[in-house]
Amino acid sequence: MTTTPAAQPKIAVRGVGKRFGDFTALGEVDLDLVANEFVTIVGPSGCGKSTLLNILAGLEEPTSGEALVDGVPVDGPSPERGVIFQQYALFPWLTVRANVEFGLRTARVPKQERRRRVDHYLELVGLSAFADKLPKTLSGGMKQRCAIARAYAADPAILLMDEPFGAVDALTRVRLQEQLLETWSQERRTVLFITHDVDEAVFLANRVVVMASGPGRIQEIVDVDLPYPRTEQVRLSPEFTALRNRVWGAVYHQGPPPASR
Amino acid sequence: MPDHPDTVLTPSASAAGVAITPTSASARPRGRRRRRPLTRAGSLGLNVLSAVAGILIWWTLAKVGFNLPTPAAVAKQAGHLLADGTLEQDAMASLRRVLIGFCLGCAVAVPVGFLMGWYPVARALIEPWVQFFRTIPPLALIPLAVVLFGIDETPKIIVIFLAAFLACVIAAFQGVVSIDRTLINAARVLGAGDLTIFRRVVIPASMPYILVGMRIGLGSSWATVVAAELIAAQEGLGHRMQSAELYYDLPTIFVGIITIGILGLLMDRVLLMAERRLTVWQERR
Ligand SMILES: Nc1ncnc2c1ncn2[C@@H]1O[C@H](COP(=O)(O)OP(=O)(O)O)[C@@H](O)[C@H]1O
Ligand SMILES: [Mg+2]
Repeated sequence: MTTTPAAQPKIAVRGVGKRFGDFTALGEVDLDLVANEFVTIVGPSGCGKSTLLNILAGLEEPTSGEALVDGVPVDGPSPERGVIFQQYALFPWLTVRANVEFGLRTARVPKQERRRRVDHYLELVGLSAFADKLPKTLSGGMKQRCAIARAYAADPAILLMDEPFGAVDALTRVRLQEQLLETWSQERRTVLFITHDVDEAVFLANRVVVMASGPGRIQEIVDVDLPYPRTEQVRLSPEFTALRNRVWGAVYHQGPPPASR
Repeated sequence: MPDHPDTVLTPSASAAGVAITPTSASARPRGRRRRRPLTRAGSLGLNVLSAVAGILIWWTLAKVGFNLPTPAAVAKQAGHLLADGTLEQDAMASLRRVLIGFCLGCAVAVPVGFLMGWYPVARALIEPWVQFFRTIPPLALIPLAVVLFGIDETPKIIVIFLAAFLACVIAAFQGVVSIDRTLINAARVLGAGDLTIFRRVVIPASMPYILVGMRIGLGSSWATVVAAELIAAQEGLGHRMQSAELYYDLPTIFVGIITIGILGLLMDRVLLMAERRLTVWQERR
């Protein structure tokens, strides 16, 4: 990472807290992401991961502190910050192509250009043959790839992904992870990726943020200095295992008994 | 329809319309054979068979002395009424009223239902009225409508309008409140403003609900128009039956009943087809 003193973080989370009534979902969170960094967040369920991501997306407002993107406070959603939801959130009445095109239409991209970009991203996620199908005909993995293409097509500088591969089977998940990294290496973006899968967190990231609950806070940040491209060899290397064990320990041996998971 | 005002409509459940689900008829005790679904031709054959059997029973009853016209007499009377144009004229009069009242009802109901679903203030203001009028059968308003508006077209159309409006407004409202929040969020993070969200998410997402509401509304309108014509009209199927009653003209009454049934069924099929067309994207269980 280039950390010249002048470099402004792409994303800056400054003392962000969130309360729902008198329940504190997020205590006080501070986190910086450098441009083009791939950061994953792991933590037990209910520790406020989605809340943090939604605040960055502009879908929720923090009750204290602020989230800055390029130094500007987040105020509502913006196509510059793409979001990929766990439950795909494809528009079921639109074809795969029309789903991917959605953000381009709201941005009033001319038709020719739209078509070109949609084709490009469908190709990238391997869904060209399914362009005119409705989402209901796709498998879970394909739906998620469509959602990824839809987010990418809007050309956001930042991608926020909330347990995107949580609902697909293990094999598909590995493929999607590899594909995601490949896409990220071709078209660099700043990625914040939430998962509850420790292996996934380590495999993808430059840095793993481990969160703890009661109230939601950052427990530890682990640097992953493994080389990209992350191949199967990386996944099987002792360095990977060591990092994985370290993150595992931070996630599952924190505070209150693990039974509350 | 069950009477929980907030859970009236589930499009997928009512997609089968009035058909009785075959499972409820499977009274066969611990049958070991799995029941095989009928082929299309097979079930059509049975439909025809059942209709023929019904007509035969009717014929027999008429012959053995029940005070009924025979199917032949009814067919003959239908021929007469068609030949001199009264049947067409009556049917057109009834259809016209239904279509005007129904279209107006839906046209008002959809935006009002959307308003109720989208703005809590609008919901709080409008819902008491909707819930109140829902408990009154539209027909019960006819005496009032006749006193206020006379016996020409206006009172009938108003009553039909109400019947269609009430069915449809609840459906549109229900459609909006049951939209998955993540779909709206997905649109927002793709840069959609309120208008785009409304056009490209709210309308399509609530379409299945609206179409079910329209079908219920159409059925209710059709039932209402005929009854309204029984009470006060110079033409229309209900009026024709009413005046036939004075002369004990049973064949004409039968022609009226059968025409009402057929036209009602046809209209429902048309809407059902539209529903299938417009909601192919739905995951059906
Ligand atoms: N809209 C809300 N109202 C009340 N409580 C909420 C709301 N959203 C989330 N919470 C609570 O905040 C906590 C953190 O939620 P979330 O960010 O979804 O956790 P995670 O994504 O880490 O599983 C949970 O205990 C959840 O019940
Ligand atoms: Mg979550």
